[in-house]
Parts: sequence; C-alpha cells; structure tokens
Amino acid sequence: MLTIDNLHARVEGKDILKGLSLTIPPGEVHAIMGPNGSGKSTLGHVLAGRPGYEVTAGTVTFDGRDLLAMDTEERARAGVFLAFQYPVEIPGVSNMEFLKASVDAVREHRGEESLDAVTFMKKARAACKTANLDQTFLKRGVNEGFSGGEKKRNELLQMLLLEPTLGILDETDSGLDIDALQVVAEGVNSMRGADRSFILVTHYQRLLDYIQPDRVHVLAGGRIVRSGDASLALHLEDKGYAWLDDEVA
Amino acid sequence: MGSMHETLAAGAAAAPAWLTPARDAARQAWKTTPLPTRKTEQWKYTSIAPLEQDFGPGQPVALDRAAVDGLLPDIGALRLVFVNGHFAPALSSDKLPEGLELVRFAEADDSQAARIREHLGSALPAGGHPFATLNGAALGDGLFLAVAPGASIHEPLQLAWLTAGDGEPFTVTPRLLLLAGENSCLSVVEHFADAGGSAPSFSNAVTELLLAPGATVNHYRLNLEQGHALHIGGVHARLDRDATLNSFCLGLGADLKRLDLVVNLAGPGAHAELDGIYLPRGDEHVDYHTCLEHAVPHCTSLETFRGVIGDRARAVFNGRIHIHPQAQKTRAELSNKNLLTSADAEVNSKPELEIYADDVQCAHGATVAQLDTLALHYLRSRGVSRAEAEVMLSFGFVNEVLESARLEPLRDALRPLLASRFARDPSLMRHLA
Repeated sequence: MLTIDNLHARVEGKDILKGLSLTIPPGEVHAIMGPNGSGKSTLGHVLAGRPGYEVTAGTVTFDGRDLLAMDTEERARAGVFLAFQYPVEIPGVSNMEFLKASVDAVREHRGEESLDAVTFMKKARAACKTANLDQTFLKRGVNEGFSGGEKKRNELLQMLLLEPTLGILDETDSGLDIDALQVVAEGVNSMRGADRSFILVTHYQRLLDYIQPDRVHVLAGGRIVRSGDASLALHLEDKGYAWLDDEVA
Repeated sequence: MGSMHETLAAGAAAAPAWLTPARDAARQAWKTTPLPTRKTEQWKYTSIAPLEQDFGPGQPVALDRAAVDGLLPDIGALRLVFVNGHFAPALSSDKLPEGLELVRFAEADDSQAARIREHLGSALPAGGHPFATLNGAALGDGLFLAVAPGASIHEPLQLAWLTAGDGEPFTVTPRLLLLAGENSCLSVVEHFADAGGSAPSFSNAVTELLLAPGATVNHYRLNLEQGHALHIGGVHARLDRDATLNSFCLGLGADLKRLDLVVNLAGPGAHAELDGIYLPRGDEHVDYHTCLEHAVPHCTSLETFRGVIGDRARAVFNGRIHIHPQAQKTRAELSNKNLLTSADAEVNSKPELEIYADDVQCAHGATVAQLDTLALHYLRSRGVSRAEAEVMLSFGFVNEVLESARLEPLRDALRPLLASRFARDPSLMRHLA
C-alpha cells in the first residue's frame, strides 16, 4: 500500500528526515514511536503534503502512484488521511459544510454520486455517535472552541466519513483522557480491514494497549532504527529511548 | 456642465411648503461648503472624482414585482420600495402594525410636519457633514417613522431604496427619520441596490435614528449597489438613557461608496453594537467611517468590522472612538480585521481613539492578513480543492460577523450573497449557505 524509500525532508532549512524507509502492507497497523524531535510528526506532514516541508530525496509510493507528485487534495482523494496533532480552527465555516465538501470531493474522485442531504446527515449522525461527539458539533464552526479531546474526536469523525485507505494518526493520543482515548481506539478498530492500513505516530505505549499494532518502528534521528512486533513498544515503555543513542550514532 | 455644487444639488425635487425654510437654509450652507478633497483628512483615501457628472433628478421608473422580489431577500418583512427616490406603492406593503407610524414627508399632516421639523437634523453633527448638508439642500421627500412608546414591533421593516434607469446620470436623495419611543423596539432593514439600467446614479442618503430612553433599534444597512451606482451615506444615531442600537452594515464595493456611521451615546446606560462587512472586488471602492461619541458615563460600545478585499479593490475603514471627559465607566471595544485575497488589493485601516476620561475600558485592534496557509492546507488535506478552500475561508471570515446579525431570515438570505462574492464559479460555493 505504502512504500517509503530513503526519504529525506527538510523544514525551515533543517534536515529532519534522513533516509527513512518503511513499507506498510494493506490491512496492517504500524506504530511509529520515538523520542521528541526524531521526525515523527514531520513524517505525517510530508505524507499529507504540508507547505514548508521540503522533500530533498527519496520516494513515496502509494497504491503504485508517486505520492510526492500529488497535490494535498489529490492525496486525500486517493485515500490518505492525516489526523492532525493540532487540528485547525476555522470559525465561520460549519463542521457540517466542511464535512460535506470533503466527502463530496472524495466521492467525486471515486466516481460516486454526491450524497443527498438526508443520507449525508444520517451518516454524519452515525459517525458522531461513534466519535462520541454530540450532534451540535456539526453546526459549530470547524474545531471552533473545541477542547483538545473534542478536536481529536472531530478528526476521528472526519476519518469515519472519508473512509481513507491509509489513516495516519499523528499523536492523536496526546492530551486525551482515557475515555477519549478509548473512543478513538474503538473508532480505529472499527475501521480496520483487509484494504485499510494505519500509521499510528505516538510517543507512548498507552494507545497501543487499545489498538494492537502489527508492527512497531522506532524513529530516531530521522530514520527507522529498529522494527519489531508489538513487544517492541513494551520494551520502549520499559527502557525509554536512551538505549537508542548508540544506534543513531 | 455647471459647478459640482450645482450639479450635485440639481436633483432636488419639489418639497412640501413646511420643509422649504429648512431646505433653503441647507442650500445656503451648501453653497459655501467646501467639497472634500484628498487633502481633507476624513477623505484622504476616497476621491469624489466619480461625482463629476452632469446629474439630473431621478425619474420614476416602473419595476415589475418579480424583478424586485429577485433583488430583495424575502425576510418576512413589511416592505416599502422607493425607486429613484419615488415611492412605489405597487411594490410596497399597505398594512402597518399597531404602534408604528409611518408617513412620507410629502404626505405629512400638520402635527406630523411639526414633529419632523422639530427632529430633522437633530442627530447630525454640530459642525455639519458636507454630504448631509447636500442631502438637506436637495431634499424633496423623506420618510418619517415613529414607534409608539412601549411598542414592540415584531415584524421587521424593509426599506428598499432602488435605483434604475437608462440614459442621463441622476441623483437620489433618500432621507429617513426614525423616532423610537421610550422602551419601544423595532428592526429596520435599509436595502440599497441597483435594479438595472445603464445610467450612472448617485444616492446621497441620510438616516437619523433617535432612540428615546430604553428603546431598542436593530438597524441593518445593506449597500449592495455596484459599478456606476454611486453611494455616499450617513447614519446618525442618538441614544438616550438605556437605549440600545444594534447596527449591521454590509457593503459591496462600487466606483464610489462611502458610509459615515455616527453614534452618539447621549444617555447613561446606552449600548451600541456595530457590526459590519465590506467586500469590494474588481476595481471597486468602499469606505466606512464610524464614530462613537461617548458623551456620558456608563455607556458601552462594541464594534466589529471585517472586510475581504479582492483583485485591485480598495477599502477604507476608519473607526473613531471619542470618550468625552465626563464619560467615566465607559467600555468601548473596536476590532477591524481585513483579508486581502490579491496582491493588488488594498486597505487603509485606522482605529482612532480620543480618550479624555480616566476611568474607562477601551480596547482596539486592526489587522490585515492573507488567507491562513495552515487552514488552507487543513481543508485541502480533506480533499477540498484549493479554489473551494479559498472560498470557504473567505466566507468563514465574514460569516462570523454575519452570525451576529439578529434577524435569522436575513442571515439566511445574505449567506449565499457573501459566498457568491468569493466564488466566481458557483460550484465553489455549493457547500456553503
């Protein structure tokens, strides 16, 4: 599904990713862990095409296509979804208007018809229920005045409606209380399937108690320095990241 | 072509006899009123050069109902329509709710004429305003509205001042005088629009709002004229004790558009909220000059104006807050935010604070920015095209202000209009409004 080969990326003149390689097969959930500043969030932003994140070398292939050659919206329509660590507030545009525009854009790309208002509303309400967000959040401005947890659940709401083939969760667990964490985890688990993969970028093992990863990778110094099964995360939780220093050097 | 003083006043229609002395006095004053130039501080960024035309009087033009309905949103309002300054009864409601008195100057009886004479001009600034003086000099007819003390009029009143016509340039001189009685309540929507035709027009409109103690007036001023439908307007309000004015302005740009919104907080406990949106694009121009005169203690004013300026358009916002020495315990807030959606767009934003009292809370801020790249990226990361994302962000920026408008049917009617200002391709606004 996703193949990253020798990816180098730079932000504000500083090299952050320095030869990252990673393969995510269809249907798998991969966790990416690592110390602060290792490039975890940068990876998510590069995959979503955020301005200011300059790829200097390497390739990213998504479903056989050159992901890096695609515009941000093309990537989203092709099935890449990044749940932001810091979702953006857009006052004056209702969540509902935003969601409908997004879903229509993705459906149109897939050659599907735009959903009528009633059907869409039904889907949106069901997604609200899964994300444990009150329906009044549909009428409010996008993320406007939402608490940290509500913003994260609003990201889940969008992911549920857009049904991506690759979901990237950028530290979605940070700042979440245990109830909200479970809601997000259940949402992700409900979406798991043979044709859908996830990248969970996280600093802590905690999220992985609720979402069982197929693989765990350790990102340090801009590269994947260690990969393993779920037990690697437990090892990191136990030992911290300090033991990696040798491997980075 | 005569001098500008003559041509601008040439549109004067016949006035009722009781109005003649006041009009003659205004004519005398107008003769010696200097026309503003770019060297006049209050007109530094707005040139009146588009007024150099040989204007004649506005003629009655018959508009069909469907055309007018298409132009004016249906907000469930009582409607009065004026075309080129002439009352159009066929396009207007003929029933008035109890507690609302409404008469044209031309049809005022003796007692009404006496009340009009007593109050007309009383909300205007002492030093005069050149175009208010011109309005007085060219005044033929006007509209007098009085809300009875204690009356709460639920149905909003929609006043449509339309211009239409082919041929020679013409001027129109709308005038509204509103007396809101003690503890009364009324919503008025003043709707200025160009109903078609190739003739250039110049509307010089003055509205006076006099609020008795405890009165509430929701005043909406929609200036939707564009192109060669020129507009210079003044809204002058005086608020007595505990009165509340909620003002909402919307201005599309035109070759020349200028509005002075002056609120005198003249009784303790008076409260004014001024919200506004301006959306010039192309080569249009729009200028809002607002002024809050805090003359007495314990008054509050909250002001929020936002503009989105596109293409080569130009906007001016000048927000003055004048807190007089005796106006202790004043609270005044002013915010003006501007979004430039083109490298050639321009805005001149100036908050102007004069504070002579020491125990006041006063906050102000003005910003000029471009579309937020992170918000744009966020929308695109959900599959929304860049073009649609730009429309959504521009819309959201001003829709926040629109949401403060109290009349829901008006909000609903204006949302598509706002969106259409940013979306040249209608499909780009299909998810909004």
